[in-house]
Amino acid sequence: MKKIHIILLVFVAGAIAMLISLLNTGSTYETIADAKAMPGKFVHVAVRLDKTKPVEFDAKKDPNYLSFYAIGVENPDQAMKVVYRNGEIPNLMISERLVLKGKYENEKFECKDVQTKCPSKYKEEMKPPQNVSTGQATEKSIDQSAMGNPAATTSEATKY
Amino acid sequence: MEYIGEHLLPGQFGHLFIVLSLVASLIATFSYFKSAQSKNDIDAAYWKKLARIAFITEVISVFAIFSILFYIISNHLFEYKYAWQHSSRSLEVKYLLACFWEGQEGSFLLWSVWHCVLGLILIKTSKKWEAPVMTVVSLMQFALATMIAGIYIFGWKMGTNPFILLRDSGVLDNAPALHINGDVTMGLRQDYMLSIKDGNDLNPLLQNYWMVIHPPVLFMGFASTIVPFAFVIASLWKKNFGEWTKPALPWALFSAAVFGVGIMMGAMWAYESLTFGGYWAWDPVENASLVPWLILISGIHTLLIYKHSGHSLRATHLFLILTFGFVLYSTFLTRSGILGETSVHAFTDLGMNMQLLIFLLMFVLPALVLFIYRYKEIPTIHKEESTSSREFWMFIGSLVFFLSALVIIGKTSIPVVNKILGTKIAPPEKAEFSYNQIMVFISIIIAVLTAVTQYLKYKSTSTKVFLKKILIPFVIAAIIAILVLAIGNVNYEKETFGFMVAIWMAVACSIFTIVANASYIWLGLKGKLKLSGGSISHVGFGMVLLGILISSSNKEVLSNNIGGIPAPLDKNEDPRENLTLVKGLTVDMGKYSLTYEGDSSHPKKQLSYYKVHFKSKDGKEEFVLTPNSFVNYKGNEGLMSNPDARHYWNHDIFTYITSISNPDKSKDTTTFRPKDLKPGDTLFYSSGFIIYENLNKKEDLPVDLFGKDGSLYEANLKVHSKSGSLYSIAPKLAIAKGNEMAVPDTVLAESIVLQLEKVNQDKSITLGIKESNAVMDYITLKAYKFPYIRLLWFGVVITAIGIIISMVRRIRLNRENVSQS
Repeated sequence: MKKIHIILLVFVAGAIAMLISLLNTGSTYETIADAKAMPGKFVHVAVRLDKTKPVEFDAKKDPNYLSFYAIGVENPDQAMKVVYRNGEIPNLMISERLVLKGKYENEKFECKDVQTKCPSKYKEEMKPPQNVSTGQATEKSIDQSAMGNPAATTSEATKY
Repeated sequence: MEYIGEHLLPGQFGHLFIVLSLVASLIATFSYFKSAQSKNDIDAAYWKKLARIAFITEVISVFAIFSILFYIISNHLFEYKYAWQHSSRSLEVKYLLACFWEGQEGSFLLWSVWHCVLGLILIKTSKKWEAPVMTVVSLMQFALATMIAGIYIFGWKMGTNPFILLRDSGVLDNAPALHINGDVTMGLRQDYMLSIKDGNDLNPLLQNYWMVIHPPVLFMGFASTIVPFAFVIASLWKKNFGEWTKPALPWALFSAAVFGVGIMMGAMWAYESLTFGGYWAWDPVENASLVPWLILISGIHTLLIYKHSGHSLRATHLFLILTFGFVLYSTFLTRSGILGETSVHAFTDLGMNMQLLIFLLMFVLPALVLFIYRYKEIPTIHKEESTSSREFWMFIGSLVFFLSALVIIGKTSIPVVNKILGTKIAPPEKAEFSYNQIMVFISIIIAVLTAVTQYLKYKSTSTKVFLKKILIPFVIAAIIAILVLAIGNVNYEKETFGFMVAIWMAVACSIFTIVANASYIWLGLKGKLKLSGGSISHVGFGMVLLGILISSSNKEVLSNNIGGIPAPLDKNEDPRENLTLVKGLTVDMGKYSLTYEGDSSHPKKQLSYYKVHFKSKDGKEEFVLTPNSFVNYKGNEGLMSNPDARHYWNHDIFTYITSISNPDKSKDTTTFRPKDLKPGDTLFYSSGFIIYENLNKKEDLPVDLFGKDGSLYEANLKVHSKSGSLYSIAPKLAIAKGNEMAVPDTVLAESIVLQLEKVNQDKSITLGIKESNAVMDYITLKAYKFPYIRLLWFGVVITAIGIIISMVRRIRLNRENVSQS
C-alpha cells in the first residue's frame, strides 16, 4: 500500500465523518411561526418573554416544570407557550432575548435548552453617546442603570 | 473642568506607555526585518542592535502598562472604567488578577506580556535565527498593541483602551443624579466620584481560583505557538529549510505542554465551578483552543519524522503555520461575537470585528502564500516510506489528528458559514453527541497508532521482531481491557448500541496505549527515563482518553426526581434532574437521603451558603455539602450557583442549587398534626375543608427502586377553600425496600402541607396536616456523580511531564551539537 493511498483513505474517512455529522445537523434557526409549521422538528428560536402572561414555576410542586409565553423578536404578533423541564431559568425576567432550543409539540414548545441574553453593558458602550437609550433613568434607578448593569450576558458564564 | 477625587496620573502614564509600545514594536519589527534582509554582517548587526533596543523598550512598556492597570484595579480607582467594570471593593485580593483578565484588554495584555518573556528568551538563545524570528514576534506585538490602543484613525476606532475614564466611556451619560442639576444634557457634577462608591465586581461565576491561574497558562500556550510559527516563516523567508527544526522542536514541545495544560485547566474549571454538568461540552470556546493544540501535536510528530528520516518537512511547515493560524482564528471567533448564539459563554461584540479579521489575515495569508510559493523548494525525499517504518505510521497518526482538528473547527465554524452564506444552520439536538460519534473513532485509531508505533523502527522494521516485542503488552492490555469492560460497567446506553461498542473498543485501545507505552520504557528504552519523554506522554495521553471514556459513560444524575414525583412510573424523556428539598424534611435521593438544614450568608455579598446533609442509606456515610449561590447579584435576577463536591478516590459527588424559595426570612416552625380519615371523611382547616376521596395503590413499580414487596400509595384529596377555590392534592407514601417514606403535597395558595403518614387495609389513612403562614423554606438542587475523573486529570499531568522531559532532552541535544561544532 502506498502512502498516498492511506492518505486518501484517511481523507475519505474524514469526509464521510463530516457528512454524517452534517446530516445530523438537522437544526436551524427559525421564527415562532416556522417552528409551529414544523412540529416535532428540533429548532432554535429567538424569542422574547411575554411579560403580560404568567410564568409558571413552583419548585414544591415540580422543580422540573417551568412554563411561560414567548413572542417573536422580530414578529411580536407570533406567540407560543413554552415548557422547559429542567428547572428555573436564571435572569428569565430581565432577559431581553431568549434562544430556545427544542420542538413544537402538542400546542406548546418543548424547550430542551435555553440561552438568556441580557442587556449587556458592553454593547451599550459601543453606541455613540447620543444613541444611548434615554428616558428610563430616573433618580431612583441610578443604582441599576449606572452601577449595576448585569454582568453576565448569558445564562452561564463569561469566560474571558 | 477638574473633578474631585480622581487620580489621573496613572492613566496618563498608561496612555504614554501604550503609545510607546506601539511605536517601539513597530520599530523593532522594521529593524529586525532590515537586519534579516541585510546582505552584509555589519548592516545586519547594526539593525539587530537597534531592533533589540526597540524590543526591550517594548518589553518595558508592556510591563509598565500591566503594572499600572494592576495598580488601578488593586487600589479601586473606579474613575477608570476597567476597574469599575471588573472589580469591586468586596472582591478578595486573590481575585484581583482574575478581574485583570476578565476583560478583553487585560487578556490581550496578558498575551502580550508572555510574548515579551518569550521574545527575551529568543533574543538570548536563537542566534542567527533571531532577526527573522523576532521580526514575526515584534509584528505580533505591534498587532496586540493596536488592540489596546483605543485610538481613532480616520474615524475608525482601533482597539479599546484599558485606561479610559468612566466618565468618558458613556456609562454615566444617562444617570441624572451624576449630572449638574440632574440634567443629562449638562456636564457631570464636579463631585460625581462621591457617588461611584463601588465597582461592578467580577462576574461571580469567575470568582474562582481557576480564573486566577487558568488564563495565564492558556495564554502562555497561545503565545508560545508563535515561536514555531516564526521559525517556519524564517525557514521559508531565508530558504534555510531544514535547520530550523532543531531549535524549534523544544519550543514546540514547550508550547504543547503549556497549551495542553491550559486547556485542561479550563476543563477542570468548568468541571469544578461552572455548573455545566461536566468538564467538556464541545463548546466553541473549548473547540477553538483545542484545534490549534491538535494541529501542534501533528506538527511535533512530523518534526520528529523529519529529524529521523528526512520525510514530511513540507507537512511540518504547514502544520506549524496552521497551529498559529488557528490560534488567531480562535481569537477571532471568540471575540468577534460571531458565535453569539451557539455558546454558553458570553460573547460580546466589541465592535472590533474588522480589526480582528485583519489581525488574523495579516499573519495567515502571507504565511500561506509564502508556503505555496516556496513549496517546491522545500526538500523532500521522493522514495516512499516503507509501511513497516515508524515514520509512515507516525505520519498517518499526525494526519488523523490534523483531520480531527479540521472536523472540529468545521463544525465550530457553522456560525461563520451562516454569516457568509446567509444560511441558518443551528447546532443539532444532541450537539455533544455529534462530536462524540466522530471523535470516538478517531480516538480508536489514534490509540492503536500510539500503542504500536513506538515498537516500529525508523526506515523499516522486521515483522518478526515487531510482533515479538508487541506481544507481551498486547496480551497484558487485552486482559486488563476485558476485566475493565466486564466489571467496570462501562455502559453508555443513551445513544445507539453501535456507539456503545465503539466506546468499548476505544476503552480497550486506550488501555493498550497505556500498557504498550509503559512497557516500551523498559522493553525499548531499558528504563532510561530521560529518553522516554515520548512514551511517558503517550501513557498520559492514554490515561486521558480512558478517563474521558469512562467518566462520561458512567456519569450519573443522582438527583433524578424519584422522591418528589413518581417519575419512574411514567416513561418520559424529561430530564427531571432537579430535586426540591423543603427545609428539615428528609428526601430520598438514590443511595442517599438528603436534608436541607438551612442557609447562611456571606457578610459582605449577596452570597448564600446552603447546608445539605447527605446520609447514605446503609448508614456508612454521612456528610454535609455546602453549595453556594449569588442571589439577585448586581442586577442579575435569580441564582448564580457554585457547586460543592465530595471527592472520593474513584468518583466525585457534585451538587448545586438551581432554585430557592423567596428569600422570605420568616421561619416555619409548625409541625404536622396527624388525623385519621376514612374515604369520604372531611377535615377542616383554618380557611376551608378537605375531603378525603380515595386511596390508590400504584402497580408495576420498578423493582430496583422499590424492592420486591414495595408499594406506593396515593391519597386523593380535594381542598375546598373559603374563597371558593378547589384544589386537587395527592400526597404519597412509598414503602420501598422495607422503608416508609412520605412524599408530602402542598397547596401553596392555602399554605397547607399534607403528608400521608399511615395507610390501613380498609383504606383508612392517617393524614398529617401542617398549616404555615410562612412560605416554606426550600431549595432545589441537582446532583451528579462523576466516576474516575481523577484518571483524566492525572493523565494530563503525566502527559505534560512526558513532554517536558522530551523538551529538556532536546534542549540538551541542541547544546551538545553546538558545542561539538
